[in-house]
This record gives sequence, structure tokens and C-alpha cells, in this order.
Amino acid sequence: MTAGTMRRVLRAYPTLLRVGLSEVVAYRAEFLIWILTTNMPLVMLAIWHAVAADGPVGRFDQEQFTAYYLGVQAVRLLTSTWVVWQISMEIRDGTLSAKLLRPLHPLYAYSAEHLAAVPLRALVISPIVAVLVYAAGDRLAFHDPVLVAILLASLLGAWLLIFFTMVLLGALAFYVESAMGLFELWLGIHAIFSGYLIPLEVLPAWIRGATRLLPFRYMLGFPVETLVGLLGRAAAARELGYQWGFVALFAGLALLVWRRGVRRFAAYGG
Amino acid sequence: MIAVKNLSKIYRVHRRPPGLGAALRSVLRRRYEEVKAVEDLSFEIAEGERVGFLGPNGAGKTTTLKILSGLLHPSAGEVRIGAFVPQQRDPRFLQLITLVMGQKQQLLWDLPPTETYAMNRAIYDLPRAQAEATQKALVELLEIGDLISKPTRQLSLGERMKCELVAALLHQPRILFLDEPTIGLDVSMQATMREFIRDYNQRFGAAVLLTSHYMDDVTALCPRVIVIDRGHLVYDGNLQELVRRVRPDKRVSIRLSAPADRGLLDKLGTVVSADAAQVVLSVPAGKVNVVVRDALAALAVVDLTIEDPPLEEVMRELFSAQRADAGAHRQAAP
Repeated sequence: MTAGTMRRVLRAYPTLLRVGLSEVVAYRAEFLIWILTTNMPLVMLAIWHAVAADGPVGRFDQEQFTAYYLGVQAVRLLTSTWVVWQISMEIRDGTLSAKLLRPLHPLYAYSAEHLAAVPLRALVISPIVAVLVYAAGDRLAFHDPVLVAILLASLLGAWLLIFFTMVLLGALAFYVESAMGLFELWLGIHAIFSGYLIPLEVLPAWIRGATRLLPFRYMLGFPVETLVGLLGRAAAARELGYQWGFVALFAGLALLVWRRGVRRFAAYGG
Repeated sequence: MIAVKNLSKIYRVHRRPPGLGAALRSVLRRRYEEVKAVEDLSFEIAEGERVGFLGPNGAGKTTTLKILSGLLHPSAGEVRIGAFVPQQRDPRFLQLITLVMGQKQQLLWDLPPTETYAMNRAIYDLPRAQAEATQKALVELLEIGDLISKPTRQLSLGERMKCELVAALLHQPRILFLDEPTIGLDVSMQATMREFIRDYNQRFGAAVLLTSHYMDDVTALCPRVIVIDRGHLVYDGNLQELVRRVRPDKRVSIRLSAPADRGLLDKLGTVVSADAAQVVLSVPAGKVNVVVRDALAALAVVDLTIEDPPLEEVMRELFSAQRADAGAHRQAAP
């Protein structure tokens, strides 16, 4: 990125965020419906809570399961971004043209549009965090400033990793007609390997080993484990390094696929 | 300013016959076909020129505009706009141009146009005072002051198109690619748009390349036209010269106070239409003086006008002659 581009991005970004927030507010009903339908962690909490009534599962007693799934709910709502739908659709129907005609890379516009929703999401998840603090306050990372710093960095890392993965999947629409089919497949794998359905710690050792080689844990499980006190300082710092390594890798892949894909863009219909 | 040399664009298109069997076969083996949208096209456009870009549906006009604006990569040939190669999409190049497509929009659908303007001001890195002055001038010219704070979705097509133009011109581009900018607009709105485009061209010295199926747009705005058919250049030059070449006759319209004898009209020229009050004759350009003199002497003339034939007819004749030539050429080929 040249100094000129960086200057342009820095100047434009606050306005892009403000306009993005206006759009989120305009689509507030859709936004709230999405929030209300993200309830799988609460279903899983009910199941594991019943399982743990007879005794803890590894390190997980009932209170730990409560903390974990409330953490999953909060982190998922805060960091998930569904830009894949938008990118895939805009490539297929040609509306990407309007973004490509502007002197700013479309990924900046997409990122601002989706990042703008984060403050509103933070507001929405605040009751969940309040319940989490009430239910398991002494287990949470909030008592250690180093863990809090790692948690904040891991949340940013999770958002960026999800964003670039979504860009990568969305940009496949430049090449294939079934990019969204690949996304559905990705969702299924993500549910298992990210810790969304089941805490990775209670899975068999070979699956836990595999999660180290895959990006999914760093999109959700790792920030949640940090939040609910399952990781100490050293382990959390090490995992943060892995996470940001994945961020760099997926940013590079997404940009490569995007750059090559734009050459194939047919701009049909628009 | 714009230099296009031997430009070609080939699309690879998936073809499949209808039916379930064909659908299943296409899962295993896809058939692709190459479609030549533009072939060996060359032209140049100077700064400040207004050029009409004409051709029937599927001629390659929009593809060419998309290549010129950097959206599509050419399959062969060269395009240069000033010092830039469009497909490299250098931000300085994108700052220089705008592409307005009558059927697509950049306005944010659920927000007022002012939000799109604010976003464009930021993206194009325009000084606030300059952007506000440009916005004010454009909004006044198009008389849309009371519209720009309504959500875009609540605007009519014509209103949206005007708001769209402001968004597209806020950064004061020096080159305007306009693809059907008046499509779907009523006659008075079309006239307003034409006036606005001409005014912008004169005020900013901007080059305009315009495609339109409304020949009135072209006649009113473009002294020069580039005509393409099936991706090939058919004509590049003065619009009047094209009309003279394809249809050298003139139209003489005569308003009458009394019905005229049909035999007399046939002697004056080819009758295009005739009723009791109005007659339109097609007359060779060289005989116009004589025909007018004879008509004034023999008919009860209230009013008389001499015009070129409508551009629609000229284009129709040009394309049918072109296709007949191509057909004859194909048959003659071994």
C-alpha cells in the first residue's frame, strides 16, 4: 500500500463507518431478527448443563459450561460477519461494478460497512455479558490486565480472520457458480472445529490436535477460552501468535484470490 | 485523451440445451462457447469531445464502455486514457472518469442520496468546501434540492437518475461514459438530462461518450458518432455526414389548408405520409429547391419545413445494409 493510498483510506474510513452505521440502523429489524435467531449456544448450554449435573466433564462443571456458552454467544454475535453473501451476490449480479469504479479498494468499503455494526452488536450483547459476569465473574479474564489485552487483540483477530475468510469464500464467485455451496460446507466444518457446538477441550485428542492446523478455533474458540479463564497468560499469548499468523495467511489468500478474480469479472447486468 | 487500438473482447459462455438430460450431462461435461463481443475496434476521442456510441442490441457498446472504465480486461488490443491503462484501475485514473449506467445505480438504497454523496466525498478525498460547492451547483442545475434528503427507495426512476448523476459527477470527472442515461425517463426529463450533460461538458471541458437508444439524445448532444455492429466498427465520423451518406434525401414536411392531389404529390417526391392537412415527402437533396418552389406554387401551403430523415431510419438502413453485405460476403466465400 502506498502512502497516498494509506492517507486516502485513513481520511475516508470514518465517513465509511458513519454511513455503514446509518445502514445498520436502516436495517435494524433484520439485525435484531438475526441476533434473536443466533441461539444454538443456548441450546447447547441446556444440553451440557444437564450432562454436567452428574459430575464435571474434564475441567467443565455446570458453571464452566454456563460461562463457556454465554461467552460463545457473546463472541459470536460480536465478531461474525456475513460479507460472503454480499460479495458473492454483487459479483454474480454485477453490482460490484459501482465499488470497482471508485478509487478505493472495495474491501475497505466492505470492511467499514460490516465493522460499523460492531458498536450496535456490543450494545446488544451487553446483557449477555452482564449475565456472564454475574454467573461466573471470578473465572473470567477481567481480573488480569494482560489477559484483557490478549482478549481484546484476540477479538480483533477473530473479526479479521472471519472477514478475510468470508472475502475468500465470496471471491470464489469470480471463478465458480456454486461459491455459496462451499460456504455452507465451511459452516458445517466451522461448527465442529471452532468450538461453537462443543468446547474443543472435551473433544478427542486427535481433533484437538487438528484444530491447531485449522483457522476455525481462532475465529471463536480461542477468544472464548481466553474470556472464560481456560487459558493462562503464556498459553493465551502463544495462541494469539497462531491466530494472527492465520489472519496474515488468510488476508494474503483473500487478496490473491480477489486480485486474480477481478480479472475474470464479467460485470454482467451492471 | 482516449485511444483504443485493435480492441477485442471475447467472453467464454456456458451453453446448455433445455431439459433435464442436458442439465445432468452439463454436470459431467460443460460446453463452453466463445462469444466475440468486440473485435478489432480502434478509435480516438479528444478532450472535451461529445461522441455518440451507437449500435443495435448486443453490438458491444456496453462491453466497450466497461473496458474503457477499467471494469473489464480486454482479450486483445490496447486502451489508453491519458497516461493510464484502464484495467490497472489506478486511483488517479478512477478519479478522472465516471460511468453512469441507466439501469444500475450506486446510490445507497435505504439511505438518502446525501449519504452516498458524503461517502463519495470521502472516497474521492475531495476537500469539503469544493465537494459541497459542486454538490450545490449540480443539485441546483437538476432542481433536486428537495429530493436528496429522502431515502433513495422512495424516489421515482427519473428522480433517482438525477440524484445518480450528482453522485457520479461530484468528483468532477473529465471523462463521462454514459450508458443509456435517459432510459425509462419521460420526454421532458430526457430533455433536462440532455441539457445538463451539454452544460457539464461545456463547463468542465469533459469528454462524453454516450450510448443511447433514443436517437434524440444523440442528435442533440453528439456532433460525432461511432457506430459498431457485432463488435466491429461500422462508421466513425460526423453525424450529419453519416446521415447524408446513408440517406442523402431530405424530408420536406408541408402543412396544408386544403387537401392536395395525390398525383401532384407523387410528381414532387416520394410520399412518406399524407393526409388532408399534412404531407411528408422524401426528396433528393439536390432537388429540394425545385420541389419547394413547385410545392409553394401548386399547393395550399400553410407551413413548410426541411429536415434530415430521422436518425432511427438512418441507423436501421445502415445496419440492414451492413448485414446484407456481410451475408453476401459469407456466401461468396469458398
